[in-house]
Amino acid sequence: MAKEYETVIGLEVHVELATKTKIFCSCSTEFGGAPNTHTCPVCTGMPGSLPVLNKQVVEYAAAVGLATNCTITQYCKFDRKNYFYPDNPQNYQISQLYLPICRDGKVEIETEAGTKNIGIHEIHMEEDAGKLVHDEWEDVSVVDYNRSGVPLIEIVSEPDMRSADEVIAYLEKLRMIVQYLGASDCKLNEGSMRADVNLSVREVGAKEFGTRTEMKNLNSFKAIARAIEGERERQIDLLEAGEKVIQETRRWDDTKGESYPMRSKEDAQDYRYFPEPDLVPIVISDEWLKEIKDRQPELQTEKMIRYKEEYDIPEYDAKIITGHKKLADIFEATTKLCNKPKKVSNWLMVETMRLLKENDMEPEDITFSPKNLATLIELTEAGTINSSVAKEVFEEVFKKDIDPNQYVEEKGLKTVNDEGALRATIEQVMKENPQSVEDYRNGKEKAIGFLVGQTMKAMKGKANPGMVNKILKELL
Amino acid sequence: MSLMSLTAVELGKKIKAKEVTVKEAVTEALDAIEKKEGTVNSFVTIDREGALKRAEEVQKLIDDGTLTGPLAGVPVAIKDNMCTEGMLTTCSSKILYNFKPTYTAEAVKNLEDAGAVILGKTNMDEFAMGSTTETSYYGPTKNPWNEAHVPGGSSGGSCAAVAAEECSYALGSDTGGSIRQPSSFCGVTGIKPTYGTVSRYGLIAYGSSLDQIGPIAKDVTDCATILEAITSYDKKDSTSIDREDTDFTSALVDDVKGMKIGIPKDYFGEGLDSEVKEAVLAAAKKLEEKGAIVEEFDLSLVEYAIPAYYVIACAEASSNLARFDGVKYGYRTEQYDDLHNMYKKTRSEGFGAEVKRRIMLGSFVLSSGYYDAYYLKALRTKALIKKAFDDAFSRYDVILGPAAPTTAPKLGESLSDPIKMYLGDIYTISVNLAGLPGISLPCGKDKNGLPVGLQLIGDCFKEKNIIRAAYAFEQTRNYEHSPLSDVK
Amino acid sequence: MANIISDETIEYVGILAKLELNEEEKERAKKDMGEMLDYIDKLNELDTAGIEPMSHVFPVQNVFREDVVTNGDGSEETLRNAPEEKDGGFKVPKTIG
Repeated sequence: MAKEYETVIGLEVHVELATKTKIFCSCSTEFGGAPNTHTCPVCTGMPGSLPVLNKQVVEYAAAVGLATNCTITQYCKFDRKNYFYPDNPQNYQISQLYLPICRDGKVEIETEAGTKNIGIHEIHMEEDAGKLVHDEWEDVSVVDYNRSGVPLIEIVSEPDMRSADEVIAYLEKLRMIVQYLGASDCKLNEGSMRADVNLSVREVGAKEFGTRTEMKNLNSFKAIARAIEGERERQIDLLEAGEKVIQETRRWDDTKGESYPMRSKEDAQDYRYFPEPDLVPIVISDEWLKEIKDRQPELQTEKMIRYKEEYDIPEYDAKIITGHKKLADIFEATTKLCNKPKKVSNWLMVETMRLLKENDMEPEDITFSPKNLATLIELTEAGTINSSVAKEVFEEVFKKDIDPNQYVEEKGLKTVNDEGALRATIEQVMKENPQSVEDYRNGKEKAIGFLVGQTMKAMKGKANPGMVNKILKELL
Repeated sequence: MSLMSLTAVELGKKIKAKEVTVKEAVTEALDAIEKKEGTVNSFVTIDREGALKRAEEVQKLIDDGTLTGPLAGVPVAIKDNMCTEGMLTTCSSKILYNFKPTYTAEAVKNLEDAGAVILGKTNMDEFAMGSTTETSYYGPTKNPWNEAHVPGGSSGGSCAAVAAEECSYALGSDTGGSIRQPSSFCGVTGIKPTYGTVSRYGLIAYGSSLDQIGPIAKDVTDCATILEAITSYDKKDSTSIDREDTDFTSALVDDVKGMKIGIPKDYFGEGLDSEVKEAVLAAAKKLEEKGAIVEEFDLSLVEYAIPAYYVIACAEASSNLARFDGVKYGYRTEQYDDLHNMYKKTRSEGFGAEVKRRIMLGSFVLSSGYYDAYYLKALRTKALIKKAFDDAFSRYDVILGPAAPTTAPKLGESLSDPIKMYLGDIYTISVNLAGLPGISLPCGKDKNGLPVGLQLIGDCFKEKNIIRAAYAFEQTRNYEHSPLSDVK
Repeated sequence: MANIISDETIEYVGILAKLELNEEEKERAKKDMGEMLDYIDKLNELDTAGIEPMSHVFPVQNVFREDVVTNGDGSEETLRNAPEEKDGGFKVPKTIG
C-alpha cells in the first residue's frame, strides 16, 4: 500500500514597510524611478558612511508584532549578516538575529477545514537589497540600489501549516493585518510582500520533521500554491525512490513549474552574524509601547462589528468587505459620499467581486475612486439610469475610473421617462407581437415579461422598467 | 625660522595678527613637503593647487571677520582614511587607488569650518592595520628622527608630517593605539578621545567599535584646541555622544596639585625597554614634584587586551572591508571568469598581506561554530577590562604609563613576526577596548636619540584630566624639533 | 602549535572572505592563523562565566532619525566612482543563468 505523506510548511514573509524614507538613510522609498536616483552614500555602501535608524520602522514593526500577539523585545539590537552579492552594497545586510523585535506570536486562520492558529516564531527588522537587471545582450547584470535600504520586516512562522490552502489563508491574514496597520501596501507583484516557503514532508503519524528545503522567488499566491504542490511531489518522489532530501535553497520557476537548487560552492551560507557596531540598542519603554498600542487603528474584527451596527449590513457582507483593507476603505469613503451603505456594500459584494474574479485581480489592484462609485449609486437611486445600464457604467468605472455623469451623458444612457415616447414604443411592440398580447389576455401572465424585454430592447435598455410595466398593463 | 616650526596655535595668532598671510603659511608648508617628501614619505596625496586656492578663500574670510578661531588659515594634513570630497582617499591601499569620495568626513568638515587649509592626505598602514606604516601600498613612511626607523603606525604619515614640520598639525585615527604609538615614536603629541566624541562619519572603518579620530600636533595646547574644533555631536553617527564639557582648552592649566595618578605595575614588567621605563617614571616624578599624588597599583588583565582586541577588531574589519569588491568604486581586477572570481581576484590583488591576514582571522572567528568561543569570549573579556578601568578610576584621576614598550624599531624588523608587532600595542589597546581617552606626549629620548612617549589615560569623558596633567608635565621641558625639521 | 589550520579551513575562509591565496600565501596563512589562534586561546585562562558580552562600551540607546525625505537624486554621485557603468547602474558579471 502506498505510504501517505503529510506536508509541513513554515513561511518567511518579507514585508516592505510603508515608510517615506529608507531604514538607515533619508532617501525616498518610492517604487520605481530611474536607476540609482534614490541613493546616497549610506544605501550604496560608500566607505565611511554610517546608518541611522528610522524611528517609524521600529513603530511599524512593533505594531505588527502587537497585532499578531507577539511579545515585544523591549531591548533589541541589530546584527550584521555577512554575505557577498552585488545587490548587497556593503556585502553585509543589517538585520536582527540575536534579539529580534518581536517573538512568540500567533494568528488565527480560517480554511474550509475550520479555524487554526499559526505560530509566529519572530519578526525582525532588516534592510532590503538592491535590484539586479540581467542584460541578455551583453551577458552582464546591472545593479540599481534604489531599493537598497528600504525597510523590511521578516515574519517567520512556526512550521504549523500543512497545505497550500493554509499557507494562502495565513498570507491573506498577515496581509490584512499589515494593511490595516498601514504598515505596508503588501503588493506581491511589486515585491512589497514576498514569501519564502520552507517545506518538508513526513509520513503521516511520524513525530520527527523531514529535511526541509527553502523555496524562493514566489511572486503570487498562485505561484506559491503551485510551488508547494511541486515541491511536495518532488520530495515524495525522492523518498519513494529511497533517496534523501537535501537541505537547500531552491528557486521556483513558475513558468516551467519547476524549482532549481540555488547553492553553489561560493555560497557557504555561513553568515557570520555579529552585533552591528554602528547602531545602538533600541529600548522600547512601556510608555512607548502603550503609545504604539493606542495609535493602533481599528482592525478587522472591530470594524466588522461596527459595520453591522452602524450600517446595518449583513454579517457575511461585513466580513468580506472588512477582509480587505482596500475594500473597507472604499466602502467607508463611498458611504460617506452617498450615505447609502447597503447599496455600496451591494456594489462591492456583487459586481466588484465578479469583475475582480473575471480579471484575475486582487482587491489591492482596484483603481476606481469612491467618488465615481458614489455618483453611480446616486444616478441609479435617482432613476436617472436603470440597473442594467448601471452595471454597464460600473464596468467602465471599474476599468477606467470614468466619471459616470459624463459617461451617461455622452453615451445617451439616461433612462427614458417620457411617457409619450414609451407609449409609442410599447404600442409598436404590441403590434409586432400579437401572439404575446393574446397570450397575456388569455391569462398567461408571464407573457408580459417578454413584452417588457422587447420594449427595453427597442429602447436600447434605457427605458424606465417601472414605467414600461405600468403602461403595458394599462394598454393590455 | 620656518613658520612650520611654530605650533598651530602660534601660527594661527600670527595669521590673525596679519603678521603672516594664509598663503605664506600654506606656501611654506607646501615647500617643506616638496623638500622632505623624498626622505620621509608622509603623504599619499599632496593637493598643492587646492591648498593655495583655499588659502585665498580663507584669507578673505579672516579679513572680513567671518573666521576668528585659533586655527583659521593654519595648514593641516589629514590621514588618508578620512573622506575628503573630490580628493583622493586611498587608506593607503591599492583597492582604493582611484577613489574620490563625494562627501567629506564630519571631523574634517568641522576643521574646514574652523578655517583649516588641507595640504593633502597622509600615509598610513593599509586600512590602519599595522603599527609601522610599512603596510602602505604607497611605500613606508620614515621616522623624521632617523630614516632607518619606522614612524610607528598606523597614523605614521600624520605623526611624521608633524615631526618633519611639513604641516602645522594633522588628524589621525586610533583603533588600538594608532595615534598614540606613532606620536610616541615621532616625538609629537596626540590624543585619542573618548569613543563617541568625534564623529566617525566619513572615517573609513577598520574596527567600528574602537575607531576614533584625534589630533596630532607639537604640543598639548594645539591638541586641546584641535580636539575642541573637531568634537561635535553628529546625527549621522549613531554612536556619537551629545556631551557637555568639551571646552578642552580650559584644562590647559599648570596645576596638578592633589591630582591622583595611578601607575599600573603591570605596565612596567617584562618586555618594557629600560630606557623607556626610566623616561616614563621620571615624568611621573615630575608630576609628583608638582603636587600630584602618584602611586602604583595593579590594573590587571593587561595581557588579555591584545588577544581580545585582535578578535574584535579583525571580526569587525572582515565585515567592514567586505564592501571593497570591485563593484561600486576602487580597483577591479582586469580579467575574471565570473562574479565570484571577480570578487576574489579584485580583493586578493587589491589588499596587502596584513589586511588579508586580518580579514581571514576575522572571518574565521565569526564563522559557524567559533562565534561563541572567540567573539563572545572577546566581548566578555572587554567587559572585564572595562570594569578593571572603572575600578582604577574610582581611585585615580589619571593612569600614567608608557605609550609603547620600545622606541621606534628599524624598518623591516616588525613585519616578519606579526605577534611581536601586535605586542607593541600592549599599553594602548585596552584604552580602545574600554572607550577611554588617552594622550601620548614626548618625555625623553633613548640613547639613539629616538623619542620616548608618555601615555596618560583618563576615565571616559575626562579628557580634561589628561590634558591638564599632560600640560603640566609639558611645562617642565621644551619641545624638541626632529632633525628633519631643519632641512632647508 | 595547538591550533592546526587545515587546507580545507583556509579554503573555506577564502570563500567566506572572497580571498584567493596562492600556495605560498596559503602556507603562510595557515601558520599565521594557527599562531594567532594559539595566542587568542590565552583568553581561555579567564573565567568569564556570567559576564555579559559587551559590544557597546557606553549605554547609549534609541538614536533615531525622523521619517522625512531629505535626500534628492543621488545617482550622479553614486555612480561617480563606478569601475564599470551601464544604463545608470553598476555593471557586474552576470549573476544568474
